[in-house]
Amino acid sequence: MSIRERLSGNEAVAIAMKQINPDVVAAFPITPSTEIPQYFSTFVSNGTVDTEFVAVESEHSAMTACIGAEAAGGRAMTATSANGLSLMWEMIYIASSLRLPIVMSLVNRAVSGPLNIHNDHSDAMGVRDAGWIMLFSESNQEAYDNMLMAHKIAEHKDVLLPLMVCQDGFITSHSIENIELVEDDKVKAFVGEYKPEHYLLNKKEPIAVGPLDLQAYLFEHKFQQAEAMRKAKQVILDVAKEFEELTGRKYSFFEEYKLDDAEIAIVCMNSTAGTTKAVVDSLRAQGVKAGLLKVRVFRPFPTEEIANALAHLKAVAVLDKADSLNAAGGALFEDVTSAMYVSGKQVPMVNYVYGIGGRDTKTDDIEGVYKDLIEITKSGKIDNPYRYFGLREE
Amino acid sequence: MAYNLKEIIAEKPSRFTAGHRMCAGCGAPIVGRTVLRALKNEDHAVISCATGCMEVSTFIYPYTSWTDSFVHTAFEGAAANLAGAEAAYKAMKRTGKLPADEHTKFIAFGGDGGTYDIGLQSLSGAMERGHDMVYVCYDNGAYMNTGIQRSSATPKFADTTTSPAGTKIPGKMQSRKDLAQVMAGHHLPYVAQSAPLGNFKDLYEKSEKAIYTEGACFLNVLAPCPRGWGYATEDLMQIIKLAVETCYWPLYEIENGKYTINYKPKNKLPIEEFLKPQKRFKHMFKPGNEWMIEEFQKEVDARWNELLVLEEATNKGE
Repeated sequence: MSIRERLSGNEAVAIAMKQINPDVVAAFPITPSTEIPQYFSTFVSNGTVDTEFVAVESEHSAMTACIGAEAAGGRAMTATSANGLSLMWEMIYIASSLRLPIVMSLVNRAVSGPLNIHNDHSDAMGVRDAGWIMLFSESNQEAYDNMLMAHKIAEHKDVLLPLMVCQDGFITSHSIENIELVEDDKVKAFVGEYKPEHYLLNKKEPIAVGPLDLQAYLFEHKFQQAEAMRKAKQVILDVAKEFEELTGRKYSFFEEYKLDDAEIAIVCMNSTAGTTKAVVDSLRAQGVKAGLLKVRVFRPFPTEEIANALAHLKAVAVLDKADSLNAAGGALFEDVTSAMYVSGKQVPMVNYVYGIGGRDTKTDDIEGVYKDLIEITKSGKIDNPYRYFGLREE
Repeated sequence: MAYNLKEIIAEKPSRFTAGHRMCAGCGAPIVGRTVLRALKNEDHAVISCATGCMEVSTFIYPYTSWTDSFVHTAFEGAAANLAGAEAAYKAMKRTGKLPADEHTKFIAFGGDGGTYDIGLQSLSGAMERGHDMVYVCYDNGAYMNTGIQRSSATPKFADTTTSPAGTKIPGKMQSRKDLAQVMAGHHLPYVAQSAPLGNFKDLYEKSEKAIYTEGACFLNVLAPCPRGWGYATEDLMQIIKLAVETCYWPLYEIENGKYTINYKPKNKLPIEEFLKPQKRFKHMFKPGNEWMIEEFQKEVDARWNELLVLEEATNKGE
């Protein structure tokens, strides 16, 4: 029997980490993810985990220590947000290039500047091409479930890539929700033991990690990383299937909410999907064929699958909780539209940048987007594909 | 057992092998080899290295000069990398994932760029947390790998590519950071300053102490650079000797707060002896620049006297 609890998103992640019982956790506090290392140090202090907690002096060292620990042959985890991730940036790329399946909880928050501690996705979008698998979570439950699936994906021999589980700062990290936890022994059996093939602490086979990799080799090594990311797609699906057998909870690359027969749809990630579902329900009650595609797996990006899922729609809005500041669209919009184009699917699409720096995302805002989509289906015209909502105009 | 270099070389094969691309006349490979020789043959080591000359010349894919396990990530990361590996070791020993009778030692190498400057925070953090590791700085007094730019370890007045001796500004205008003292302020069980001198006894014995003292230990080791300092490659050992004989680079150790100066020259040589053979100080010997040599000498004397005072103060009442 699973355990029913009421937990915040941060608590849920910390409990997942306790159940995973990694060898090393190295972390530095930053709002809104601070609670995760706090809760975890309590587990360490009370001896409920076997983990070595390294209270590093910066996020740069947090990721560097995770790299050292994972290369040594241990399972290493960390948690951070916003500027913490920015400070790690150099090491984020190195972690994936060394093919170390480190798992991170990223509690999404606006990257400075100016300083802001609230939610948007600018931190995650800043590392979207760094070679990490990126899973997004609508709710506390999803943040927990994604953490439980993380190691099985990251450590798979076809993958060997680091993985981050994203959730929205404060919106889910600090909100208490009902949650179903998996029993400790079942988590242990599901996650399994980490058995790296080559590791620093193997006296029988010393290895060297992190060479100077010049013109004759770097290209091939980068290609191998790209291949691993491609192969991760199947592994993500396989692990989701196993997870469903364990918990009954179904996961895929994305969730389609009333999308099958929809005429208009929103594509978004994390907690906004919850708000959007409420709006879809109320529109459906009014006879509007609205739907939602909630992206869970942002890296690897499921191009074909998303294009197929959206192909039948009359208009689609992609919501980006980070502005790419490129005089063009947000990152998710660019990826979705590119997926459509390459797959030869022609659907009118608009982009909305929203929720920056924790600006509230209300059901009214989402309703406004669907209204715009209805307008597009009627007129067949898109005046400006790059839009905002929730932005004060005066 | 009295130190005997011949016996040690015979008993302990080098763990830092030939074929690396370090320059002839460079001090760093000697430092690396001597430090690693202090390991017991039966012990495994995880070596972490900051980006720099030593890393880019010893591990060019697919070749490595290191017979132990080796990890390199970034310029400032040697200490934190090793801290993570050491933490994993502790956890994996605790849970029985590693054999109980196997011992692994943790040694980091960084140049003065990766240690005094960009890596200082990561070093300080790892030392303060007390990981069971040794951090070895091979100090060549500038960013040699990128082409001789000044660092906070560069001595005053040295001519570097970012502190060039010009017509208005005669080289680096700031004094050298005293990193061994910064580390002493961390109250570590063992901090030492050494150099690969003569038969390497000083460095070998300090490495052995540092490696086999539990907790975080630090070694600051002089490693001259023929390109950056401007001396003939065959003069390496002579330059090191002069650094020590002039008290520019005192050999000392701090064991649990107690200072010991390991070598006090009977006749402390004037600093010119150390400065003169090096091209980076050439401008100091131009007529009219005598004040620079005087100032340099004053600073060397002041630091040496400070060390004598510290030694006396920390050995009182014994």
